[in-house]
Amino acid sequence: MEETIEKKKKEGLFSKKNREVIKDPLDGSNPITVQILGVCSALAVTVQIKPAIIMALGVTLVTAFSNLIISLIRNSIPNRVRMIVQLIVVATLVTIVDQLLKAYMFDVSKKLSVFVGLIITNCIVMGRLEAFAFSQKPWPSFLDGIGNGIGYGLILITVAFIRELLGSGKIFGTQVVPQWAYDHGYVNNGMMMLPPSALFLIGIIIWFHRSRNKKLTNIS
Amino acid sequence: MEHLLGMFIKSIFIENAIFAFFLGMCSYLAVSKKIKTAAGLGVAVIFVMVLTTPLNYLILTYMLKEGALAWIHPSLATVDLTFLAFILFISTIAGAVQLVEMIVEKFSPALYSSLGIFLPLITVNCSILGASLFMQEREYNFSETLVFSTGTGIGFFLSIVLLAAIRERLRYSKIPEPLQGLGIAMIITGLMAMAFLSFSGIKL
Repeated sequence: MEETIEKKKKEGLFSKKNREVIKDPLDGSNPITVQILGVCSALAVTVQIKPAIIMALGVTLVTAFSNLIISLIRNSIPNRVRMIVQLIVVATLVTIVDQLLKAYMFDVSKKLSVFVGLIITNCIVMGRLEAFAFSQKPWPSFLDGIGNGIGYGLILITVAFIRELLGSGKIFGTQVVPQWAYDHGYVNNGMMMLPPSALFLIGIIIWFHRSRNKKLTNIS
Repeated sequence: MEHLLGMFIKSIFIENAIFAFFLGMCSYLAVSKKIKTAAGLGVAVIFVMVLTTPLNYLILTYMLKEGALAWIHPSLATVDLTFLAFILFISTIAGAVQLVEMIVEKFSPALYSSLGIFLPLITVNCSILGASLFMQEREYNFSETLVFSTGTGIGFFLSIVLLAAIRERLRYSKIPEPLQGLGIAMIITGLMAMAFLSFSGIKL
């Protein structure tokens, strides 16, 4: 008896509309390249792949759960103080993520330094709360948070991959450019380790994305 | 004194909030289409930053740090509340912004109408919270905090006005269609960041 009820629920959970909610942020309304949200951290943590993945995971978790919580209590928040309520919910979640990182991955947490705390003011989180969770039911809001987190992570990891490969010849910290290449005059591109390269790479990704997808060209 | 002056220059040029740490990129890209509005946002950011970072310093030193609560009762000397820093910092910033908004509205309607729309935006500007978090991580003292926050604010003002000036000129140039708007703004910011890298050779 219980099983059938559960099955019925599950079919509803991933209906076509809900799948759209997850899939759309990966391409058509990607948070970074189309909605221009959360660019700050996207640039700062992408020197290596590992911190980028951790950061993407953190943002996904925080966005999903803050979307869920705000959507659950959306009808009881007075409009005037909603910003403070949202910030408190997000700040609590980020504190949890920060404590977990400090406890289990201290070296990564040191590398990310202030950028874990800055998830609080990451525009993706606030933007999705305002644009989606405040007017939608909890489950789609949760999925929307996950979708946007993944869309953000996708860009983050692409940029980090290029920067780590060209900047230090490594992927995930293991050397991939062989020694003989260095012996024959190959040099790591030092600029990839510096901040400006991240800006160039994101600019190029936006260019590429928009020329492939003509619908997006006139969004500024 | 010399040390503080060096820090001031460093936080404006060498460790510019935008070009070295990408703090506040969202509003930096969104509000840099006209010089006038960009300057309005820049002034508001300086103001809120100089107000909230020292305030957060006081909260951190006298309420959160290990042993800071010893003045209430000796048994509280071992309490370490620094994990609450995020929540208190952001509440301070949100509260301060709301307060500033109300005061400005009451006493200077002219300033309010020019800053009005930007003030609520500032709460979620990464550079404000970022300045507080850097203050905590680098363990600045009070005067250093004051100088650092002023410098970071001015640095943000400088970079947003510069980008707005370039973007106003860009309207007359021919850019490939998919690159227009955000794409070219990113690449220009990258070029500006490279130019600012040249300051890093200065020893202070």
